[in-house]
Amino acid sequence: MNKLQFHPCGNFRESYYEEIRIFETDFGRLWMLIGLMLLFVVIPFISSPYMLYVLNTMGIYAIAAIGLNLLIGYTGQISLGHGAFFGVGAYTAAILATRAGFPFLLAVPAAGLVTAAVGMVFGLPTARLKHLYLCIATLAGQFILEYVFVQWERLTGGAEGIVVSEASIFGIGLGDDRVFYYVIFVCFVVMIWIAVNLIRTRYGRAFIAIRDNDRAAEGMGIPIFSYKLLSFAISSFYAGFAGALYAYYMMCITPEPFNLWLSIEFIAMIIIGGLGSIPGSVFGSIFIVGLSEILSHITQYLMNVGDTGMGITIAPLREFIFGLAIVLFIIFEPKGLAEVWRIIRSNFRLWPFSY
Amino acid sequence: MEFFLQLLVNGLSLGFLYAVSALGFVMIFKSSSVLNFAHGELLAIGAFMFLVLSAWAKLPIILAFAITMIGSFALGFVVERLFLRPLIGEALIEVIMLTVGLAIMFKGIMLFIFGGDIHDYPKFLPEGLSMEWGAIQIPSVYVATFVIGILFLIIFGLFFKYSSQGIYMRSVADNQPAALSLGVHVKRVFALSWAIAALVCAMSGIVLGIINGVNVHELSSIGLKVFPVVILGGLDSIGGAIIGGVIIGLLETFTGGYISTSLREVIPYIVLVIILMVRPYGLFGLVEIERV
Repeated sequence: MNKLQFHPCGNFRESYYEEIRIFETDFGRLWMLIGLMLLFVVIPFISSPYMLYVLNTMGIYAIAAIGLNLLIGYTGQISLGHGAFFGVGAYTAAILATRAGFPFLLAVPAAGLVTAAVGMVFGLPTARLKHLYLCIATLAGQFILEYVFVQWERLTGGAEGIVVSEASIFGIGLGDDRVFYYVIFVCFVVMIWIAVNLIRTRYGRAFIAIRDNDRAAEGMGIPIFSYKLLSFAISSFYAGFAGALYAYYMMCITPEPFNLWLSIEFIAMIIIGGLGSIPGSVFGSIFIVGLSEILSHITQYLMNVGDTGMGITIAPLREFIFGLAIVLFIIFEPKGLAEVWRIIRSNFRLWPFSY
Repeated sequence: MEFFLQLLVNGLSLGFLYAVSALGFVMIFKSSSVLNFAHGELLAIGAFMFLVLSAWAKLPIILAFAITMIGSFALGFVVERLFLRPLIGEALIEVIMLTVGLAIMFKGIMLFIFGGDIHDYPKFLPEGLSMEWGAIQIPSVYVATFVIGILFLIIFGLFFKYSSQGIYMRSVADNQPAALSLGVHVKRVFALSWAIAALVCAMSGIVLGIINGVNVHELSSIGLKVFPVVILGGLDSIGGAIIGGVIIGLLETFTGGYISTSLREVIPYIVLVIILMVRPYGLFGLVEIERV
């Protein structure tokens, strides 16, 4: 039987079971229920259409960021190709939907699986490479996939892209932003649930062992190569799944969005959010999407209010601020927003002796 | 046959451009093992500094060049001191993302100041340098690039081999804790190597600017072309960077000439993957890759 517990002031855990629990206290469960209520009952009805669009984008990117965090934050394998993997998911879903007539519910997981296979192919260099060599290999993967998107015209439509018709689940059309909001955030919650629990299993612990010390992990009997590949596959599955949702949400995909910049944005999300933290990836995607929306609003405002010339000259400063945010976070808070959140929480918990 | 020869010459000159632009990257990697994603932006900063001094302020070319060299040396120093030094000993992903962030920042500033247009330097190279050989022409800028490339190679080869600072740099690159315990001032070595690398980048940026005109997007995209070049040549080998650059340049022009122009852009990366799978330390790099 659960007894109602308060947060302890230190680490008083007595068993491994307590160590891997998701909720330390019943308050955690309560907060989660409140959060879910807010997410599904309150927010979609008080948000304007524009806010819904921003929230949906955040949700889609958050799913991909969680996947990337499983790879970089938990397994310690750097991938600069996740923008392209996201694109593979989007293209697979679009092609399956338009050519093979797959329904939405089938096309999205199928896109995830295809992307997982592609991710495993680009994870193959992990057999021999690590650290910066792997990073460069995945960078090459990004460029090769971008080339495929543009050049394999028979399948991807080349630079013109593919138009995806409106999807429906059980006869309900998904054209409405509010309906799609539910689709995205149900997927989002399920994906978080899978990721959080994956980390607690032997697979997740093996990933963390590989990240912390790969030789020791091999010494303890973890077959490193297959686990690295598995991590690539899971991570690309997340990216492809999110990409498929993106394709259905945008209803038209071209090769442009899936460039190196997107990969960098994904990594920026998990670095700013916090490496090796699932809530961190969510915070990070909220931060990055929010930041770019705010910055583009400021430039638009300046274009409308001031003279247009000023708005155009100021536009590159968006990039500057984006870069500055990444640099400042890495220098001053390398553990990211998740660490900020933890500090705030422990300040409350340890009050009035919070030092 | 003539087509082949022209492609060969084009490839060689393009390759030398890549080689010259890869030098600064290798300098930084060799001493501090930082993978510098802001390399293209460093090239662009040097090129624009020279542009401002020579074309806008109308200083004499020699003076403009000297001030650019001093300025970029100082810039490299400041960048290391402000951004890279707090990260000594941090995880690889953080250092990489820091240089990515720097790249985005620099690019934003440069686009803000100079816009996305192509700017031109005033003409100052003597025309007499250009060579003609049958139907094949080599413009004088390429001859100058070739000379500069060879000069770089000799100067930095000597610097790393004989000067005490160069030996410190090699020792830090080889084994940081051991260098520290033998009294090498590791932080100063890092600062110096960033400063020298920024200087080399500025030189390469000027050379690129003379040939193609100065453009932010073009120069920063060369920063990504550097990866196949240095991996092919070996990440820590300056001579390797030259040869890697030439091979990649030849490969690009021949693919563009004989197979397809669109494949030209990705062929370096396909080669990169193959090289990484077969011989990750490159043609001339130090063999110390771990296989776990």
